[in-house]
Amino acid sequence: MVRVPKLPLFREDPKMSTAPDAKLAQDTAPLSGAEIVLKALAEQGVDVIFGYPGGAVLPIYDALFQQNSVRHILVRAEAGAVHAAEGYARSTGKVGVVLVTSGPGATNAVTGLVDALMDSIPLVCLAGQVPTHLIGNDAFQEADTTGITRPATKHNYLVKDVKNLSKTIHEAFHVARSGRPGPVVIDLPKDVLMAKTEYAPAPAKAHPTYAPRTEPDPKAIAQAVDLMLGAKRPILYTGGGIVNSGPDASAALIELAHLTGFPTTSTLMGLGAMPAADPLFLGMLGMHGTYEANLTMHGCDVMVNLGARFDDRVTGRLNAFSPNSKKIHADIDPSSINKNVRVDVPVVGDAGKIVRAMIAEWKRRVSAGAKPDKKALADWWTQIEQWRKRDCLAYMRSTDIVKPQYALERLQALTAHRDDVYISTEVGQHQMWAAQFMKFQKPNRWMTSGGLGTMGYGLPAAMGVQIAHPDALCIDVAGEASILMNIQELSTIVQYRLPVKTFILNNQYMGMVRQWQELLHGSRYSESYMDALPDFVKLAEAFGCVGLRATKVSEVDDVIKEMIAVKRPVVVDMCVDQKENCFPMIPSGAAHNEMILGPSDKQPGTGGASNGKGPISEEGMVLV
Amino acid sequence: MPNTPAAIERHTIAVIVDNEPGVLARVIGLFSGRGYNIESLTVAETDAAKHQSRITIVTTGTPMVIEQIKAQLDRLVPVHRVSDLTQEGAHVARELALVKVISKGNERVEALRIADIFRAKAIDSTIGSFVFEITGSGEKIDAFVNLMVPLGLAEVSRTGIVAIARGETRM
Ligand SMILES: Cc1ncc(C[n+]2csc(CCOP(=O)(O)OP(=O)(O)O)c2C)c(N)n1
Ligand SMILES: [Mg+2]
Repeated sequence: MVRVPKLPLFREDPKMSTAPDAKLAQDTAPLSGAEIVLKALAEQGVDVIFGYPGGAVLPIYDALFQQNSVRHILVRAEAGAVHAAEGYARSTGKVGVVLVTSGPGATNAVTGLVDALMDSIPLVCLAGQVPTHLIGNDAFQEADTTGITRPATKHNYLVKDVKNLSKTIHEAFHVARSGRPGPVVIDLPKDVLMAKTEYAPAPAKAHPTYAPRTEPDPKAIAQAVDLMLGAKRPILYTGGGIVNSGPDASAALIELAHLTGFPTTSTLMGLGAMPAADPLFLGMLGMHGTYEANLTMHGCDVMVNLGARFDDRVTGRLNAFSPNSKKIHADIDPSSINKNVRVDVPVVGDAGKIVRAMIAEWKRRVSAGAKPDKKALADWWTQIEQWRKRDCLAYMRSTDIVKPQYALERLQALTAHRDDVYISTEVGQHQMWAAQFMKFQKPNRWMTSGGLGTMGYGLPAAMGVQIAHPDALCIDVAGEASILMNIQELSTIVQYRLPVKTFILNNQYMGMVRQWQELLHGSRYSESYMDALPDFVKLAEAFGCVGLRATKVSEVDDVIKEMIAVKRPVVVDMCVDQKENCFPMIPSGAAHNEMILGPSDKQPGTGGASNGKGPISEEGMVLV
Repeated sequence: MPNTPAAIERHTIAVIVDNEPGVLARVIGLFSGRGYNIESLTVAETDAAKHQSRITIVTTGTPMVIEQIKAQLDRLVPVHRVSDLTQEGAHVARELALVKVISKGNERVEALRIADIFRAKAIDSTIGSFVFEITGSGEKIDAFVNLMVPLGLAEVSRTGIVAIARGETRM
């Protein structure tokens, strides 16, 4: 069962042996564009970048070689660099930095950029470009990077004059991290990297006009708290905005929930902001959210959306979404407001500041005599406890074959004592099960591709997390299909001796695709089964990792313990039930109270829920 | 609150932007990428010292879509200000058109007579053609162009609407 290959040869970074950054030390001498790039990164507090070299960026690689303040992680494909930077950013709250060459280097980065855009992850991606005089000429490895990445980024730049270079880099960091964070591309023609000028330090004001509002309008806060004080059936619906706002926003959220006694649910992106163990927490909501979270959303009379965006995975069918509630929406991005769902009280600003302001206003009003309806809230909780008792995550237990839920329950149990567990995922059933069964007690511990749903995200993301937290336990909960999309990063993981754990729930199917085919397409499993999967244990060993496998329930704990104990990269091939489906499920086009529960559910369809088969409409079929 | 279908409205929106490369593409890309309508769009630098341009966009959509358009415009980094002139009160809107008419004899005389009624100026003339310059509301230009059809209309070039709020408010 356990095979430990001999230690592979670790190569040292050649640059580690070389000496000082004398060139970057002097302030006034003209620097090359490439040196300016590195100096600006250092000034922005960047300690690590993820990249891959090529002709157009060779000047930057040369400058990298001659300094020591910025560490470069050599990935195995540019997609890996971007997801690694995302993992780094999401687990630290800092801006992730990527360096790619022109043409294919830049186009390989596009998926990760869109991923970061959808999930509001701050990134700066430096891309090489052909020299300015060749732009537009179909030169070798030329691509219209700014054109291609315009809809893939929050903002992008093409630097045509080295005199604008320092300023542009500082501005890019400002744009990436302020307001609703996102990815920024800087396209760097090679002649600009070679030209010389004086370095310009970061200005006090990084951009003359771009300064998104973070402080909420007190009038909006007062209106929001009015509604909250009058609520009989309230809910706090929290999202990634709380995580992005920083740890204090999570602390504030917990305070607000306990001050008001309101039940709290979270989107996929917001998990960890409210501790899973908190009795007020109802679990995740949405398509694969809990029964209690979704029915509480459906039946509430006041909904307080804190840093979430009414995504379609969350709302289900829009015209049946929480039909009888007044809605408060706190978001830093004014364009999120009234985009999908019309709300009664919009509050624009930083989620953490908004929550703090709500707490202050609530306290002020209560001490001035306002009386929240405690009786109604108690009745609401009685109803919610009823829903909770349904135990919607229950599954058919087995004593032999490993249920994927069981594997994750054990992973959770065997890591629960640690405070430094970081979970990333790929995309599919395993991702949803991880969201349901891994219990996040802190923010920034959960990296998953939410908005874009990018298979291949999890392994490089875990790698980026491990770079930022060298001693932490970083686990990629993977599917056997997804892991093959960026498997090459195992090589990076070995090179930098990162003890990343790849935990593959191997069901030999694109499980999520198979599940949809079962529910929507008459169980015609068209192309969702792969006939020639690799032997993941041998594959792990070939890369220089440790490979482990479990095929029965009795082996699960030993494999997980071994995986944690080995201070090296490990790939676990957890062979699970091929046919298991992920429940609860709100099929596309259905409402929150039209949830399908799993086969282990005993009760007949109370609250509109049905077990096994659900109401899937024609309209629902066309949705993704 | 269930979402009920809402009426389509036409709005004139003024946008002050940094006059930097790609800014118009960003605005247009926003409209095309998100499927918003552009009825007309005009742009020119209005403040050379500050490198600022003013874009006037006439667009249509439901109130929710119009709100989105403004919010989406406003979050573009080089955008300084977005002003919904239709919503914010009275404004004046004008368009300029150059209309080429090629005809002889009576038709030519009639074209000139109508141009006079519409206060259009003949800014170019040959034995066989005129180019008229006309300013006014979009509807006035439509009417003029329609009248020219039987009189030898050959080409039309229109600027699209430019607009500004009435009174002492400034953007
Ligand atoms: C890049 C990419 N291609 C396709 C998809 C569509 N897709 C979503 S889940 C899935 C199957 C994933 O299979 P696996 O990784 O084995 O996970 P499982 O659902 O079996 O847990 C596919 C193909 C996607 N999300 N991303
Ligand atoms: Mg699978």
